[in-house]
Amino acid sequence: MGFKSLWLHRLRSLLTMLGIVFGVASVIAMLAVGEGASQVAQEQIRRLGSKNIIVRSVKPALEQKATGQRSRAIEYGITWEDATRIRSSIPDVEVLVPNRIIRDVVWNTQWRVDGQIVGTVSWYPEMRQLRIIEGRYFTEPEVAGIKNVCVLSINTITDLFPNGSPVGKSVRIGSDYYKVIGIIEDEGGIGTASQSQNFLVQTSETKNTTERRSENLSYQGKMGKRDEGKGPGATPQYRIYIPITAAQKRFGETLVRRTTGTFEAERVELHELIVMVNMENRVEEVARVVDSILQKYHKQRDYELTIPLELLRQAERTKQIFNLVLGTIAGISLLVGGIGIMNIMLATVTERTREIGIRRALGARKRDIILQFLVETIIMSGTGGLMGIGLGLFIPYLITYFASMPTIIRLWSPLVAFGISAGIGIIFGIYPALRAANMDPVEALRHE
Amino acid sequence: MNNCVIKLEDLKKNYKMGSVDIYALRGINMEILEGEFVSIMGPSGCGKSTLLNVLGCLDKPTEGKYYLNGCDISLLDDDTLSDMRCNYLGFVFQSYNLIPQLSVVENIEIPLYYQGVSPNESRKKAIEIASRVGLAERLYHKPTELSGGQQQRVGIARALVNNPLVILADEPTGNLDSKSGKEIMDIFIELHTQGKTIIMVTHDENIARYGERIIRLKDGLIEKDERVLSKIGATT
Repeated sequence: MGFKSLWLHRLRSLLTMLGIVFGVASVIAMLAVGEGASQVAQEQIRRLGSKNIIVRSVKPALEQKATGQRSRAIEYGITWEDATRIRSSIPDVEVLVPNRIIRDVVWNTQWRVDGQIVGTVSWYPEMRQLRIIEGRYFTEPEVAGIKNVCVLSINTITDLFPNGSPVGKSVRIGSDYYKVIGIIEDEGGIGTASQSQNFLVQTSETKNTTERRSENLSYQGKMGKRDEGKGPGATPQYRIYIPITAAQKRFGETLVRRTTGTFEAERVELHELIVMVNMENRVEEVARVVDSILQKYHKQRDYELTIPLELLRQAERTKQIFNLVLGTIAGISLLVGGIGIMNIMLATVTERTREIGIRRALGARKRDIILQFLVETIIMSGTGGLMGIGLGLFIPYLITYFASMPTIIRLWSPLVAFGISAGIGIIFGIYPALRAANMDPVEALRHE
Repeated sequence: MNNCVIKLEDLKKNYKMGSVDIYALRGINMEILEGEFVSIMGPSGCGKSTLLNVLGCLDKPTEGKYYLNGCDISLLDDDTLSDMRCNYLGFVFQSYNLIPQLSVVENIEIPLYYQGVSPNESRKKAIEIASRVGLAERLYHKPTELSGGQQQRVGIARALVNNPLVILADEPTGNLDSKSGKEIMDIFIELHTQGKTIIMVTHDENIARYGERIIRLKDGLIEKDERVLSKIGATT
């Protein structure tokens, strides 16, 4: 019966339902986008390691414009000594990974990429939870023996070795050749969007930017900070991993950068130091100790600390706020949809006053009339809800397809959305239904 | 002796129209027996419609008693009144009052729906009643596709389907030409001969004379309650 009268006013019912359809669809789509984004962020952070503290060398702001002193190299950053100090003075530190990161062009005959050469130790992949895709990583003896071997991140392969597997072949960096022994997963993780790739994996190489973080930005609130000009769709990080000893030997301590018209030399012993703490709940404490040790030996603040665990918590907080905002928006849109339904139902009740009178005269009780109109509203909002779910499941797909943003649809989100829409139908259907039922049958029968 | 199905004792009904009190019924006393065919006549504003509404349990009397099948209506709540309408009464309206979205058979089924009769059984019953009033060919048409006479037949079928104690008809031929009006009245005569109690409101003397008793109202009171000696229905 309810279907019939709704079907009779197909267009009107459909238009009325649209409010609910879009409300529900937007709830699902927004939740999916939110979940997707937060999942990626959390995955990124988790990859950095929840037990890790990352110390990076940062070019200090004061020394940057040493006017006219082009010949002198700028010396800054964490040193081997720092690493040793941290290792020996904090018992909770389990593993240390020193890295040197150098920017250079990597050649394979005529193919080239602008890569980041990461000089590191043999246990680096383990620390960063990176998967070896092909071949192997270099070993300790290879590090000790200063071997010219390298491992390529998977994204370099397409540009550098378009004609098949690079394992066993060589690449040239500067005047040295390195044997490719393996392929490793990108640090951003396989299949994640480029947007979030730059999210946390910041390069430690210092850029010629004047904008530098202030002192108080120590190891908090780094979420969402990005290098300039590296928005979504920026070129991915091509990483080439070589033994740290080789990096030291072949590239030297002093790095020369050519920027337009000037040479800039800088001396950095270590670009990055990853400190792994034995227990997750000690991470923050150890970070503070590390900071104070470094402070003692560094005149200026030429390093920064990143604590993935801290970021993870921050990400969770951000997600909560995000969900709250989304919930409010979705709630408002559903409310608007509900008011639309109520509006139409009130009009319907007036329009069908005579029918109500007839039904009452033929024996319908008040509750029969209430039920009749309520069922219509619920059918309307329920159908709208189902259509909304259909649309809501489709939109994230479109978003992923066109905007290449990851989306995740949780099972509960369509269920919740549908429940809310049905609830809205009941809440906003009750008043028109009551109004219909409380009409005086005599008056209703006389209604033209 | 036939049972008394309707009994009114000093029935009064006033209502407010704006700030004016209107005394529509000012003390009606009457008894209607089972199987009677009563016409209620009177000029406009004499209280015919108000009386029919009270008789139809759509309105409660302000004062006095109304016993329907021995049950005092003025004591009942809204739901019970609905049940009374559902089980004891059948309405035939001047303007048919069919629900335009529903087909003939669906319109006839409405009272059964509220009685809680199963869809299968009510469909069967509705079809049977429809055939009795000559609508067997028109079951699935919409009311708008029918002539006035046919629509009123649907109205009668709908009033009959729950096998009511009393059929209340409000100017059943008022919107019809004389030929279809006569056809409708023939149905009423047939129902009467089958023993149905019929109360019909009309202001047409000729139509009123189809009944066996005419109650004339004037200014909210019974002016005359007379037996019809030369019944039209009987002569045709």
